[in-house]
Amino acid sequence: MKSISFDPTNALCGGILTAVGLFFAWQSFGLELGTAFRMGPGYFPLLLSAVLTLLGIIVLVQSARVQHEPMGPIAIRGMLFILPAPIFFGLTIRGLGFVPAIFFTALIACFASHRMRPHWALAVSLALTVFSLVVFSYALGLPFERFGPWVRF
Amino acid sequence: MDLISNLALGFSTAASPANLLFCLIGVLLGTLIGVLPGIGATATIAMLLPITFQLEPVSSLIMLAGIYYGAQYGGSTTAILINMPGESSSAVTAIDGYQMARNGRAGTALAIAALGSFFAGTVSTFLVALFAPPLTEIALEFGAAEYFSLMIVGLVSSVALAHGSIVKALAMVALGLLLGLVGTDIYTGTPRFTLGIREYSDGLNFVAVAVGVFGIAEILRNLESEKTREVLMARVSDLMPTKEDFKRMFAPVIRGTVIGSALGVLPGGGAILAAFASYTVEKRISDRPEEFGRGAIAGVAGPESANNAGAQTSFIPLLTLGIPANPVMALMIGAMIIQGIVPGPNVAVEQPALFWGIIASMWIGNLMLVVLNLPLIGLWVKLLKIPYFVLFPIIMAFCSIGVYSVNSNVYDLYAVAFFGLVGYLLQKLRCEPAPLLLGFVLGPLLEENLRRAMILSRGDPTTFFTRPISAGLLLIAAIVLVVVFLPAVKAKREEVFVEED
Repeated sequence: MKSISFDPTNALCGGILTAVGLFFAWQSFGLELGTAFRMGPGYFPLLLSAVLTLLGIIVLVQSARVQHEPMGPIAIRGMLFILPAPIFFGLTIRGLGFVPAIFFTALIACFASHRMRPHWALAVSLALTVFSLVVFSYALGLPFERFGPWVRF
Repeated sequence: MDLISNLALGFSTAASPANLLFCLIGVLLGTLIGVLPGIGATATIAMLLPITFQLEPVSSLIMLAGIYYGAQYGGSTTAILINMPGESSSAVTAIDGYQMARNGRAGTALAIAALGSFFAGTVSTFLVALFAPPLTEIALEFGAAEYFSLMIVGLVSSVALAHGSIVKALAMVALGLLLGLVGTDIYTGTPRFTLGIREYSDGLNFVAVAVGVFGIAEILRNLESEKTREVLMARVSDLMPTKEDFKRMFAPVIRGTVIGSALGVLPGGGAILAAFASYTVEKRISDRPEEFGRGAIAGVAGPESANNAGAQTSFIPLLTLGIPANPVMALMIGAMIIQGIVPGPNVAVEQPALFWGIIASMWIGNLMLVVLNLPLIGLWVKLLKIPYFVLFPIIMAFCSIGVYSVNSNVYDLYAVAFFGLVGYLLQKLRCEPAPLLLGFVLGPLLEENLRRAMILSRGDPTTFFTRPISAGLLLIAAIVLVVVFLPAVKAKREEVFVEED
């Protein structure tokens, strides 16, 4: 069976790699290139981005040849709850302080699984907060404020 | 004799009560993490790096090393009991180990794995002690050109040992190198690729990238399809292998140790390759090849010895050259730098207690694993019953705390989320993250040595070919690259990696 088909995963992969390569190349041109003798900050990055772009194009071209199994399911719900968790921690660690920040970070992450029930999520987050408080704050003495300026009365 | 006095120094360092304790904590944590699927050794070490800041350099490195080989060990426990390798290097063990468990010989399989690993660990620790000093001598002669070529060898080997497409693995190296260059240029002070964000002018935080690409991406992958894990048996009895078993594991263990020690030195994941190579060899030379896949003792003993030996000898390039052989070693370099130690050949000369202490602690750690873990197997089995949806909020919280405490830079946490997404995307696109991380670590070093070498040679790129050591290294890199592109090897390589899935 011979038909003109291409592998969407590899085509996407090649496309992304090429785009990222071009992006880095474009950024490198904004830097001083220098000469091979005295390389400027842009010389080596430009070289690497050229290589990356080239490899991206090769992957893109090859995608027309080989067929692989499809990409499979994508963890949309996972991404929706897992990725914001560290961002939330970053946004609130200074304002809310360590204890509330870690509690809510864990709570957000809990909901990434559809099997997690709300009361379980609360219990896990609470236990985790207590554990982290004892281990990281009291035992290891990491220099975090336990409660930040936003929650002080 | 030098070796004896050096080892004596090492053992006196490693056997201090505090260091013994950290070694113990390390191997226990490592085993725990190895048993729990979903968090690999790389992500764990990345998470625990900040905790070790408060410790002495020796203690912190001993503990991190303990986590590493503890995780190898824990990984084989799950491979045998639930046919689910906790670490990729124990994927081979699952083939025959799980079959042994189904035949009611789980205890024996676990004991064989433990004893084989211990034997391999002992031999390869000795090899590290034997070969590290002369290699250090050679490394001290290295100039910028040699370092550049050596790193090229490292990066090329990581490509050769990566799964899947070689072109993609090369692209991952290039991308990793570029990401490594983010930050301020050391010669001119120009900020590069920071997108105007001042918080990234010191470069992207290595811990953040590692946690994102390995830890978060792995969690997302596990969330795609949530399955309940089946634990084969709650009770593991009859740990002691019979006399017949000992007879049949003896030769495979020796062969596995030899294969593992040799391949472990290779950059890019030697332990995984070692386990596969050992399994293939055992299957080929066995007089009962039909037993393989149905619970052959040699199929457990060989690969387990090989991956443990490989895990130990992968410390050789780290300790002598300051070049990481795999992502875990890259994290060890990160830990050394944080502790104010410049990794490289000077460590052995300037800090003999640290250098030999780490080597001695490897053996002590292996001993602890055998003595502690066989009786503790019941506990590890119980841990397997923890549902995954309880685990990952815990992982996320610890990741956040760990990454933030490195520099107290909130932008590092945003980088975690970003690289988690990148890592997941790469997995979906069937790209290997290991070469990317290796490139990320080596990027700045590679550029610095390239620029220095070019200045020294007055802009003449032939310097890399006219200096003999550098030329030899580049030749090795070229041969490796040519070999992996050979059609025959390419087919074989695909076959090997397909078997793993």
